[in-house]
Amino acid sequence: MTAPMQTAPVAGRTLIEVRGVAKRYTGGTLALDGINLSIAEGEFLSLLGPSGCGKSTLLRLIAGLGQPSSGSIEWPRATYDVAGEPERGIGFVFQEPTLLPWGTVFDNVFLPLRLAGQRRRDAEGAVLDAIEKVGLAGFVKAYPRQLSGGMRMRVSIARALVKRPKVLLMDEPFAALDEITRMRLNDDLLELWAGRGWTVLFVTHSVYESVYLSSRIALMGARPGHIRELIGVGAPYPRDENFRISADYNEYCRITSAALRGAMAGKGGDL
Amino acid sequence: MNDDQRALPIGVRIGVPVVLGVLVIALWEVLVWWLAVPKFVLPAPSLIFKSLTTDYPSLLLSLWITLRITLMAFFIALGLGVALAVLSAQSRLIEISIFPYAVILQVTPVVAIAPLILIWVGLEHVDRALLILATIVAFFPILSNTTLGLKSVDHNLRDLFQLYGATRWQRLRYLQLPAALPYLLGGMKISGGLALIGAVVAEFVAGSGNGAGLAWRIVESANRLNIPRMFAALLMLSVLGIFIFLLMAGLQNLLLRRWHESAMQRER
Ligand SMILES: Nc1ncnc2c1ncn2[C@@H]1O[C@H](COP(=O)(O)OP(=O)(O)OP(=O)(O)O)[C@@H](O)[C@H]1O
Ligand SMILES: [Mg+2]
Repeated sequence: MTAPMQTAPVAGRTLIEVRGVAKRYTGGTLALDGINLSIAEGEFLSLLGPSGCGKSTLLRLIAGLGQPSSGSIEWPRATYDVAGEPERGIGFVFQEPTLLPWGTVFDNVFLPLRLAGQRRRDAEGAVLDAIEKVGLAGFVKAYPRQLSGGMRMRVSIARALVKRPKVLLMDEPFAALDEITRMRLNDDLLELWAGRGWTVLFVTHSVYESVYLSSRIALMGARPGHIRELIGVGAPYPRDENFRISADYNEYCRITSAALRGAMAGKGGDL
Repeated sequence: MNDDQRALPIGVRIGVPVVLGVLVIALWEVLVWWLAVPKFVLPAPSLIFKSLTTDYPSLLLSLWITLRITLMAFFIALGLGVALAVLSAQSRLIEISIFPYAVILQVTPVVAIAPLILIWVGLEHVDRALLILATIVAFFPILSNTTLGLKSVDHNLRDLFQLYGATRWQRLRYLQLPAALPYLLGGMKISGGLALIGAVVAEFVAGSGNGAGLAWRIVESANRLNIPRMFAALLMLSVLGIFIFLLMAGLQNLLLRRWHESAMQRER
């Protein structure tokens, strides 16, 4: 593995503007209220908060899966299609791998291109490239059932990458994995992020993970879901094992943990 | 199927039932001879076999007639069932309009509607009536299983397709149909057997068309007290049924073994 130049993101232009968003589900649950957030091009932003505070809901709204009850989510830099939908160009990684069980690794990674009307032969290069990026070159013809949980997650990541999205939305992608695999995938993700100039929105439960990865953390509280605090993680990239054991890292974790405890004990918290 | 069965070698799984069958047949032969059972009550296996060899031209023809109706009914039911299921997956309105009638067709005993169908198609077209009746019997499992299958798509996968702007056709082709395949194959397994049952029952009720199917042979043999031939016809029917079942099971295994829980051989 060659050490790529990971650069701290330049505070880029605004890519996504979330304005006063509230979401009430038909059951009556007010999942989000008064969310204001602007996401800059090239940043690595984590959404951190207690279970049920609306992280997944916010991520799905940003992806265009469902409409906010009030407020708006704008993509100032995107072109709009005939239906008035912004062409977001996102890759989405669900909490579960969400693979087609009847398709091989190749079929699964090929899916976004197939849906865009590409032919198998034309897409082959891009697909194999994405598979290789996540380290599954030897498993092109394997079926999801033949893979371990971590490998399936990587297929899902390769699928999100294959269309070279500008924005990657990830909903607790590594939550179900063991610590070692998780750390390795964290490193892989950072490396890919640095190499591609993406914007990443990353949902997590873990303070340590969010500090390690993010350039900024949006700390959320529950009932109704709201953003309590934005924490900038100033530590420079590239980040690696040394960062994990540094005093800086510890300090950021301490601050973030304290803020999270505040969020959970705060108004309307349920723990 | 439990794990113990899975673990048994194929030779044992086939060998044991075969040995048991041979033993039962031998016992049957001996008992019939020993107790001097009249052959119009229970013929000896050897007699059935003899009848099978001497009457085989007519029996084989009947087998073919029954088989043809069974196959045609099965394929029509398959096409119709899948088409209607796909249609009702497109809109809730279509689904709620179709389903009650499918249920009515399913719950009304085929024996009861046979005379009506026979009158509708005309008494000179008995084979059409047989085909319709067998199709009605075979149709429902395909429709209801496929409908269920098309609906039981993982929600996240559905979202994924929406994210990538999949068209209705793409969603059907790459998501819903493959997801429905295990359900469809389960339906086909039931339906194949039902098509045969339908073809036989319909022939009992409606009579035979241009040529006599196996059901007719059975009725005829009974009337003439030719019980060995009746057994021979019965034997053919069960063999046909088993054959259809095995074919469906084989197809299921072939199509699903790579990815579906039901057909996977799990290594541990
Ligand atoms: N489809 C839905 N219908 C009704 N209510 C929902 C739905 N999805 C989520 N909710 C409610 O919205 C609130 C926020 O849910 P959400 O899944 O966004 O939380 P989360 O922060 O992602 O939690 P977790 O960390 O446990 O995944 C919860 O109270 C939940 O009950
Ligand atoms: Mg969630």
